[in-house]
Amino acid sequence: MEWINLAYLVSAVLFILGLKGLGSPRSAPRGNLLGAVGMLIAIVATLLDKGVMSYTWIIAGIIVGSAIGAIMAKRVQMTQMPEMVAIFNGFGGAASLVVALSTHIIVSGGSMSWAIALVLSALIGAVTLTGSVVAWAKLQGYADKAMKLTNQGLWRAGLVLAILVLAILFIGNPVGGGIYLFALSVVALGLGILLVIAIGGADMPVVIALLNSYSGLAAAATGFVLNNYGLIISGALVGASGIILSQIMCKAMNRSLGSVLFGGAMVSDEQMASIPGKEFYEGKVKSCGAEEVAMLLENAQKVIFAPGYGLAVAQAQHVTQELAELLGKRGVDVKFAIHPVAGRMPGHMNVLLAEAEVPYDKLVEMDHINPEFSQTDVTIVLGANDVTNPAARDDPSSPIYGMPILEVDKSRTVIVIKRSLSPGFAGIPNQLFINDNTLMLFGDAKAVLQNLNRAVMEL
Amino acid sequence: MEALIIFVLAVFIGYEVITKVPPTLHTPLMSGSNAISGIAVIGAIICAGAIEVPWLANLLGFVAVALAMINIVGGFMVTDRMLQMFKRKKG
Repeated sequence: MEWINLAYLVSAVLFILGLKGLGSPRSAPRGNLLGAVGMLIAIVATLLDKGVMSYTWIIAGIIVGSAIGAIMAKRVQMTQMPEMVAIFNGFGGAASLVVALSTHIIVSGGSMSWAIALVLSALIGAVTLTGSVVAWAKLQGYADKAMKLTNQGLWRAGLVLAILVLAILFIGNPVGGGIYLFALSVVALGLGILLVIAIGGADMPVVIALLNSYSGLAAAATGFVLNNYGLIISGALVGASGIILSQIMCKAMNRSLGSVLFGGAMVSDEQMASIPGKEFYEGKVKSCGAEEVAMLLENAQKVIFAPGYGLAVAQAQHVTQELAELLGKRGVDVKFAIHPVAGRMPGHMNVLLAEAEVPYDKLVEMDHINPEFSQTDVTIVLGANDVTNPAARDDPSSPIYGMPILEVDKSRTVIVIKRSLSPGFAGIPNQLFINDNTLMLFGDAKAVLQNLNRAVMEL
Repeated sequence: MEALIIFVLAVFIGYEVITKVPPTLHTPLMSGSNAISGIAVIGAIICAGAIEVPWLANLLGFVAVALAMINIVGGFMVTDRMLQMFKRKKG
């Protein structure tokens, strides 16, 4: 075995150990460091290898890329992590695409398996690139609705067919067929746009996880092109990670991967027509003030917060933690119930709350917290909607029936802090808001919580 | 063939290791995977550093090195930033 492969083996082992470190928050920072060391070893080994002759372009690329990456990592807000991961997925795909094209210029021709790997590297890389850019744009708030072209399916089939034909043409003539590879890349760029643009904003967590996986698979395909085991192993790890996360997200929304990718919106048009309007809430909603809630909290022994992304939109994480601390000091048992899709990407809500210095052992996942609601005095729902709707559990006619929810309605009293009665992503009214044990506290989450904190302090 | 065997085995290892990552750390896991997928930098370096090839190949190599390095440096740094928040306080 050549020494360079030994170096790649060491870095692959370090990546695996690094991912293993992510098994608990305590060991995670060290795990991340191990991963970084692994990457450094891989880069240095490649630079010292005899295949590399001129360093000008390499050093320029390293300086430019490192600077941009460092600035992005320092500046990004935690609420924008989904955008950052989305665009990084895109960069990963782009790198694989560009390496494939460049490799073909340098080597121009090889075995059939080499040509197939080259096609896959360019194809997956290109789809990941444009798909991620569209996902990023949707997360930024541009075009966040599902957009359907007329004859969406036909277009998709056409592009896939074109890619197949170009792939066969290229694989049949890998030396002179560079033009086919280039054309295939262009068509694949179009396919990436087409695939993601039809998916609604609510499904973006699944899409980002899936594109995360693709960026790894693209790297693995590049590994097959270069016959480089370092790339193959690392790409496979990332590919597996993304697939697992997209499965988890699908399960949390009670959707299949196929329906997310090709089925369009979560609620069909026919179901939309039968959804009740404002009359659903008429005369059945009880609202209350901060003082009333403070009095409820005074007598509470166990309080659970159920945060949703609305909490982060209102920038209310810190004031929520203040309330949790106030209650904790009064001897109240306080926990946070985290639904898997509470944020805009897997684990997002946990990061947002960790930033607000909520201790991570207070964050409890859905399956573990659900049995606790029945022994809870007060549950405070903050900016969460569909994931607390009891209809998903009780009403087989509901469009979201079967979606796992936080069973907040089982606690003695539920306080819902919300601006208005507007629906969540699913576009349906929430049964929870008209339940007998629910009190609505209307207003901007941050302002409401500040009032509430004052009222609790005056107790 | 050897490469394919390694790929399949690595997918299984990845599956086993990653199912053990708790949901709390799924966002850092994704940004960390971003960094690891920057491993494409190896291929990029080979393209950017090749000599006696058309300049376009080197230019594309340069672009790929830059893109991959954004992922590597940005990915590991932002992951660390998040993980420090989790470390900071525990109940």
